Amino acid sequence: MSDIEARVKEIVVEQLGVNADEVTADASFIDDLGADSLDTVELVMALEEAFECEIPDEEAEKITTVKEAVSYINAHQS
Amino acid sequence: MSLDGKIALVTGATRGIGKAIALSLGEQGATVIGTATSENGATTITDFLKEANIKGRGIVLNVTDADAIDNVVSTIENEFGAPEILVNNAGITRDNLLMRMKDEEWDDIINTNLTPIFKLSKRCLRAMTKARWGRIITITSVVGAMGNAGQTNYAAAKAGVIGFSKSLAREVGARGITVNTVAPGFIDTDMTSSLPEAHKTAMLEHVPVKRLGEPEEIAAAVSYLASVNAGYVTGETLHVNGGMYMS
Repeated sequence: MSDIEARVKEIVVEQLGVNADEVTADASFIDDLGADSLDTVELVMALEEAFECEIPDEEAEKITTVKEAVSYINAHQS
Repeated sequence: MSLDGKIALVTGATRGIGKAIALSLGEQGATVIGTATSENGATTITDFLKEANIKGRGIVLNVTDADAIDNVVSTIENEFGAPEILVNNAGITRDNLLMRMKDEEWDDIINTNLTPIFKLSKRCLRAMTKARWGRIITITSVVGAMGNAGQTNYAAAKAGVIGFSKSLAREVGARGITVNTVAPGFIDTDMTSSLPEAHKTAMLEHVPVKRLGEPEEIAAAVSYLASVNAGYVTGETLHVNGGMYMS
């Protein structure tokens, strides 16, 4: 597991209050981890802070799993 | 005290209702940052807070300037910490009969009394959701509920903040954040002192309590909604009007 993936999982566990073993790379924040729409907004804000980047709303909507978050951050981190 | 350690941001705090709110929240232990449109106003706020032994200060903010809102909240965050209590009090009137109302009179009211509620709330919400605690209280008006000839613009903005607050209350309730409005009736402030005496006398006929309200009586309602005890009250409008309008 990459450092980024580990950090993303950590943030998901913290924000959504779920167990670490539930947070697989393909787990959907909403369908599998019980997040609501406000949870996902907060999650994206937490990711922005942790990785010091800005995720535009139209990109944020596409981030629905850990894997998608990791690939976005990999592609956009300076 | 109940608001010890909380940071409160009160817009339009130089005088009248805003000043009374700033002092009341401060008396309950909150650190209070009050905004004014001028340097003089900000100094006035700093002075009266100091005199009352309340932590905080006055700061210049033109609520119609989106960048200024962002900067002022950042300044507060750096200097005191993120505001967990936001009181949207700043407001103006531009009264006229609709058939004579100019576009500027309409726009001034919407830009000053309605749009900043959206911008300030949005700016302050991130820290509130993180803290899992927050209070957003907006001063509306009895006019927003019952209407008033000559105030179509003011009434539209004041009714607007009620709808805004109910919707936001639904969005953030699960985060320990409450969103409410306080609707003053006829209160003894500079805003009402400019009204003709005959008009005042006529209005008081419709007020069972038979007197103008005091700014402190509005501040007491705001303080209640800001308190920890009011955590189960959200999306509500608290009318403080001497019985002039009963919802």
